[in-house]
Amino acid sequence: MILNERTLLFERSFKIDFKIIIYTGGKLNLMNKLLTLTLGCLLLIPQLVPAAEVNILSERQEFLLRPFLKAFEENTGIKANVVYLKKGSLERLKQQPGAVDALLTVDISNLTAIAEAGLFQPVNSSVINKNVPSNYRDPKGLWSALTARGRVIYYSKDRVKLSELSTYEALADAKFAKRICTRSGYHKYNVALISSMIAEHGVAAAKKWLQGLKNNLARKPQGNDRGQVKAIYQGQCDVAIGNTYYMGKMLERDDQREWAASVGIFFPNQNDRGTHMNVSGGAVTRDAVNKNEAVRLLEFLSGDLAQYMYAQVNHEYPVKEGVPYSGIVSSFGSSQEGVKKGVFKQDKRNLSEIGSYRKKAIQILDEVNYDK
Amino acid sequence: MISSLKISGSWNLFTLTMVILFALPVISLMVTAGSAEENVWEHLLSTVMPGYLGNTFWLMLGVGSGTLLLGVSSGWLISMTEFPGRRVMEWALLLPLAFPGYIIAMVYVELLEYSGPVQSQLRLWFGWNSFQDYWFPPIASVGGAVTVLSLVLYPYVYLLARTAFLQQSAALLEVGRMLGKSLKNSFINVALPLARPAIAIGVSLALMETLADFGTMQLFAVQTFTTGIYNTWFGTYNAPAAAQLSLSLLMFFCFFIFLERYSRRKQRSHTKDSIMNVQPRYPLSGIRAITALVFCLLPVTFGFALPAGLLIQWALESWRNVMLDRFFSDAGNSLVLAGVTAFIGVVLGILLAYGTRLSKRRRVHLAARIVSLGYAIPGPVVALGVLLPFAWFDRTIDAWFKESYGISTGYILSGTVFILIFAYLVRFLALAFGAAESGFGRITPQMEEASRSLGKTNLQTLKQVHVPLMRGSMLAAGLLVFVDVMKELPATLMLQPFNFSTLATRAYGYATEELLKEASLWCLTIVAVGLFPVLFLNRQLRETSPRHYKEI
Repeated sequence: MILNERTLLFERSFKIDFKIIIYTGGKLNLMNKLLTLTLGCLLLIPQLVPAAEVNILSERQEFLLRPFLKAFEENTGIKANVVYLKKGSLERLKQQPGAVDALLTVDISNLTAIAEAGLFQPVNSSVINKNVPSNYRDPKGLWSALTARGRVIYYSKDRVKLSELSTYEALADAKFAKRICTRSGYHKYNVALISSMIAEHGVAAAKKWLQGLKNNLARKPQGNDRGQVKAIYQGQCDVAIGNTYYMGKMLERDDQREWAASVGIFFPNQNDRGTHMNVSGGAVTRDAVNKNEAVRLLEFLSGDLAQYMYAQVNHEYPVKEGVPYSGIVSSFGSSQEGVKKGVFKQDKRNLSEIGSYRKKAIQILDEVNYDK
Repeated sequence: MISSLKISGSWNLFTLTMVILFALPVISLMVTAGSAEENVWEHLLSTVMPGYLGNTFWLMLGVGSGTLLLGVSSGWLISMTEFPGRRVMEWALLLPLAFPGYIIAMVYVELLEYSGPVQSQLRLWFGWNSFQDYWFPPIASVGGAVTVLSLVLYPYVYLLARTAFLQQSAALLEVGRMLGKSLKNSFINVALPLARPAIAIGVSLALMETLADFGTMQLFAVQTFTTGIYNTWFGTYNAPAAAQLSLSLLMFFCFFIFLERYSRRKQRSHTKDSIMNVQPRYPLSGIRAITALVFCLLPVTFGFALPAGLLIQWALESWRNVMLDRFFSDAGNSLVLAGVTAFIGVVLGILLAYGTRLSKRRRVHLAARIVSLGYAIPGPVVALGVLLPFAWFDRTIDAWFKESYGISTGYILSGTVFILIFAYLVRFLALAFGAAESGFGRITPQMEEASRSLGKTNLQTLKQVHVPLMRGSMLAAGLLVFVDVMKELPATLMLQPFNFSTLATRAYGYATEELLKEASLWCLTIVAVGLFPVLFLNRQLRETSPRHYKEI
């Protein structure tokens, strides 16, 4: 059983203490036994803590993050300890101050919500400031994006003419009746998209749009982003909303290539504000014990090597200027006017602002009963 | 009567201490709920909540009747009749227990959705072009969820009902038969009422598991009350409101359980286990035997064989792409956690049930109910309820040691597997307590009076009289806890220590990146590891059941 150091420690100290108790012939009274036990725990703690380490709470799954951490450990000599957790990070950070040094997310919701709760500390690193453009950083330096992904329109290459597609707004038009698939509206990627609609048009108009989108759904919201591609492939719907990198990953797989090949990516809103972007990001916690190591981690992840890996392996958009897109990503939108080598117009609205409409977005999802 | 014997105060003290300890999460939820800054009820009730409640109602009704039908009838067939293949079915019927709801949901949604292989094949065969050309029962629906969940949750009812049927005094049934009742009538009039407490526990476990589950329902695209809790907490980051919602779910369950108990308030039965009056099984032949076999085969096929087969196929396709190096440590972690929790759970369950039995105070009885509540609380909410008090304790100790000795103790309880095991106990003690209680229910008070009058203490009586008599129930309890810990996901995710993962969290890690095939090796192992205790338990149950003696 692989345990973290503290647990191991806990168990070892118990063994030792029992020995002490046995050794003293069990003559110690209960209070003394307890005290010995506690002291035993304490004495061992400092010995097992390595010189430099960083404790990470990661939303990104281990099989995706591990190659990055391996490179980080080799480059810096700092040991990375990780908890992989998607929901409830805020509560853990709040209840166990100091246990976590750095947070890595795959979406803006945890970044903005935990920043609002005051559980991050500002980071002013010239390396990060140089690597990450300012619209991808919190204005106060509380968090920084590490990669970006577009929330785009997936369309059937057979049944949809490119001229039919234009904007997110147009997805509520009657011409798409019974032709659209989405995953649950409450999924954070959709919540962020709806938040960006609120930021652009206000709550009332965004709600009207969401109602129109719901009316056009071919089936009730279900499945994940890959599932939407599959549904288009199988003819259940013509158009769906999804993230860019899933298409890249599907095209790499023998068992999913056929689905993905039947579906094109369309970058909406190229003639106005641009396509809605979400980010994966990182932040240093307010009570970080290993603050310097946590900053080193973010610097590393925004640096050339990590950015290159994000782009090539995960098919995400690197935030650092000059890092090339993957071949597959460069091919996205190739038949769309104005998109060259996968470069398209991105919505540059600051993500903190979009994040601030999260609650409103959930409210209008409730009001139109989107998932029903 | 027991009341004439002196009950030592330490038992009451123990019971109450346990109750307070296990009520901690509920108390901390109440504190959290009280800190709410805004009222979400009005908004929820005027928007999504009516729909959530409707779905919840139909789910409860559906899964309740489904597990009742499958569990009781298969339990009866296995314990009271004889037909070809019965001995295999006896253990095979337990197999679906090893399947976590979220895994079987994943498999069936993948299989039966519009773009899944079944419907694609049908379209190919019949030349249908789109979903307008034909009708196929939608898997992502309340009906789909009810069907699939009934198939994996009925073993709770089967296990407890079968144990109850087996341990019923055969003499009682014989009396029924002698009074001219048919086999069917003696089942309805004698066996069923006697087994009702056990069956009720089984069904309520199945229902609680259904309601507290978010992930499975999400796969079926069915929104329940728990969906409301999740969206409120993780969508709007409003933990206090989520705590309020969880507590009302809990209150609903208290009411539900109270109703069931109230409806049988006048019944009290203590049936002796007896090895003397064993009635031969009722032999079935011809069409009735075949019907019985097919009836038992159905849930085994669809609740186990088919999904397991599919997982094996996926695992074979994907094993090269996964983190095999972590496989054994994941499996080891899962096994140790499940084993330790099951052991502690059974011991605590028995002690608690015994303490409750000894006490004649209503308050103690009422309080002991509290420990069973955890099963009805969604995993992450239990996690939050456990995290709050333990993290507070850790912070206090840490601060004190820093103050006094200048050393930091860190998170000694809430940052280690300790908190995981405690959370599992909160969540699953209901299983052990329920099974122990129903085990005690079959031991007459006269037996412990006899033991006490021979000068034995309560603890000695428990050890020498009850425990041997309750071996079957205890094993059943241990098994249920073990398997449930193996399957548990949301609380594990939220409370896991650093650099720690289990089979369930790793499977989730792949599934959440939409890689079902990569997840299948870990899913399969959860199921496979769950099989050992299932089979072991079945052996033990056979050996402890009175009928075994006859068969020898």
